[in-house]
Amino acid sequence: MTPPVRTLAVWVPDWPLVAARVDPGTIAAVLRAGRVWACTGAARVAGVVVGLRRRDAQSRCPELQLIPDDPARDARAFEPVIAAVETVVPGVEVMRPGLCVVPSRGGARYFGGDDQLTVQVRQMVRSRTEVACRTGVAGGPFAAVLAARADQVVPPDGTREFLAPMPVELLGQPELAELLRRLGLTTLGDVARLPAPDVLARFGPDGAQAHRLARGRDGHSPTARVPPLELAVSCELDPPADRVELAVFAAKNLAEQVYDRLVDANLACTRIRIEAQTEHGEQFGRVWRHDGPLTAVAIAERVRWQLDGWLAGTAPAVQPTAGVTLLRIVPEEVVTAAGRQLGLWGDGGSAAARVTRALARVQGLLGPDAVMTAQVVGGRGPAERVRLVPWGEPRTDFGPATWGPGGFRPGGFASGGPGARSSAPDDTRSGDSGSDGSGSDREGPDGAPRVRDERNSKPWPGALPGPAPATVLPDPRPAVLSDASGAPVGVTGRCAVTAPPVRLVVAGGVDLEVVAWAGPWPVDERWWDSATHRRKARFQVAPRSGPAWLLALEHGRWWAEAVYD
Amino acid sequence: MAAASVLSPVPRIGTMVPGVERHRGPAGEQLLPVIPGLASLFPEGGLRRGSTVTVADSTSLLLALLSGASRSGAWCAVVGMASFGAVAASESGIALDRLALVAQPGAAWQSVTAALLDAFEMVAVCPSTRVSSTDARRLAARARERGSLLVPLGPWEGADLRLSVTRQHWNGLGDGHGYLRGHQAEIHAEGRGSFARPRQVQLWLAGEDLAGRPAGSTTAAPRSAAVVVREVVA
Repeated sequence: MTPPVRTLAVWVPDWPLVAARVDPGTIAAVLRAGRVWACTGAARVAGVVVGLRRRDAQSRCPELQLIPDDPARDARAFEPVIAAVETVVPGVEVMRPGLCVVPSRGGARYFGGDDQLTVQVRQMVRSRTEVACRTGVAGGPFAAVLAARADQVVPPDGTREFLAPMPVELLGQPELAELLRRLGLTTLGDVARLPAPDVLARFGPDGAQAHRLARGRDGHSPTARVPPLELAVSCELDPPADRVELAVFAAKNLAEQVYDRLVDANLACTRIRIEAQTEHGEQFGRVWRHDGPLTAVAIAERVRWQLDGWLAGTAPAVQPTAGVTLLRIVPEEVVTAAGRQLGLWGDGGSAAARVTRALARVQGLLGPDAVMTAQVVGGRGPAERVRLVPWGEPRTDFGPATWGPGGFRPGGFASGGPGARSSAPDDTRSGDSGSDGSGSDREGPDGAPRVRDERNSKPWPGALPGPAPATVLPDPRPAVLSDASGAPVGVTGRCAVTAPPVRLVVAGGVDLEVVAWAGPWPVDERWWDSATHRRKARFQVAPRSGPAWLLALEHGRWWAEAVYD
Repeated sequence: MAAASVLSPVPRIGTMVPGVERHRGPAGEQLLPVIPGLASLFPEGGLRRGSTVTVADSTSLLLALLSGASRSGAWCAVVGMASFGAVAASESGIALDRLALVAQPGAAWQSVTAALLDAFEMVAVCPSTRVSSTDARRLAARARERGSLLVPLGPWEGADLRLSVTRQHWNGLGDGHGYLRGHQAEIHAEGRGSFARPRQVQLWLAGEDLAGRPAGSTTAAPRSAAVVVREVVA
């Protein structure tokens, strides 16, 4: 069995009275369930002890002042103390208001010993909260708490000796303690001397646990990390939902569950992630952000919109191929519920809040992917330089554009890991986006704009200079660029035009005389990947007056890509 | 006296609170700022909130119109323009994080526009279906009520102001060399009320450091663009 974790316990004596701001000089006590739960030092001098019945306590000390019991107040008031301890050592575990434990090894190493650590903790607690606390260090929380009562640091191998003279009542099992006492085992040292198998055989698991504690082998170790609140909910759909209506019904319940959990935790959610899994194992995820806290209805609404977008979606690329079998709602950003503050003069809050509401309405009409915000990224053609991000998604990563600006690096740098990134900070950022599109990669740190600039500033050989075209055709239009003899203009293998162009005809009724032109800007992209490999040459052509055109020659055919109008 | 000294910092609040600067015209109505090159088109010094301004024939002109308001913190939306050049928008000074694009509203473009007019200072809309005069009036009324600017692309019945590009020219391009550098355009404006008198202005719509300036107003203009600035009052 592993030795118990060195543990620091911080104990504030008579916490309920400290929390109630009762002066230690007054004779006062807090009762719980008719018995004295805690009392001041003055009350103790007057004969009041913890556990005494109310009538007995009042008969011993008629001037005893009774303070109302309020566990919520105790817990609330203890929070600053925990925070103060946490500034010295992380990983505090609260055992009850007034008492907390924390693994001490790291802190002791940092400050140069357990003694220095306890001094630090006490100073910090005193300076931040004006509360005098006692500290103790021993192996395991049980011994540490007892050490804190004695306000001492037990040496690493002295836990058993420290516990030996303690009475068996401290084990926290009154029935067992009574039995042990009748058997003549009055101290923890007596219990510890018994052979473990015999204790287990005679007293059962409770006895074995008591035996372990008495030997200073506290199996319970304080968790080094406060586990985050589990707020996510999921539900399985059986049979799989292949229509929106079926999934929406489940989603509504799910949204209410999430909301209830949030309310229980006194939290409000400003960002949720909706995840769905299909029969074929496809995973879909989308983050929804909201300016104010999301209500149950708002969450349900967003889940419905999202399912609408997936199941009845207009984009076949993101459409599930099978019914949805699993739905999950994960609150990603929670804030303390404080109600929502609306604008004072009835303008419905800030501009951003109004915009968010209006866009939520549009998303309700058309689906969540209908509203986009644009982001300028690196690229050669005008269409490649824009990344459209659905409204509400974080505008931080670069989506599928994983290849580097030089065009010579294959995608998939994401496998480089954090170490690789830090070792080559100059060029691995662009591969940071995570080509797998997995959920957690999408929320980058706030440094994203800097990253974006860095990526933009990279040279993109073959990129077009000058102002960008104001109109970028989503689908390039077929065009014909012809020379003086009426033959189509071509580009030789050495990137020279076969003849100067004089006439441009674009599908859709454009027929103009070319008076100025420039090019080609040759582009040979993704040559390592036969599926996405593109080779084209771009030209800018301008008529005498009117908008100029951006053309591309690909596989011997001319296309109009954009208009400089 | 004491009250005055307390109140004096109040105008600075506008700089602290993110939001649109409230420009006021002589008549007291609120104005949305425009870029300097377009200023001479607007006798009041800006676009009147709640009005309807159509833009024809040029996306660059729309960008120029949006950028003035966007630079001052306004939220803009563009409905029904799948071909909207976001890079050009960013170059013209439009803040892309305050720009919403609804590329394909389909038949619902009117409801979408109406919803956006509630919140956005400027909503540009390219109708995908024919606009009846009732619809046009309804949306214009919505814009007026909300104090937003409706910018339809193409014909629109009852618009307060109609902007169009009468002439445009790109320079920087030679016979097989150079690249498109500067975009000069002549803008024609006419409408109702104070805009009943048609106006014209020439300006740079795009180009190095020139975008948004009146043509010829800067010595840094490319040589080939020796066009004299003129404001024609027809």
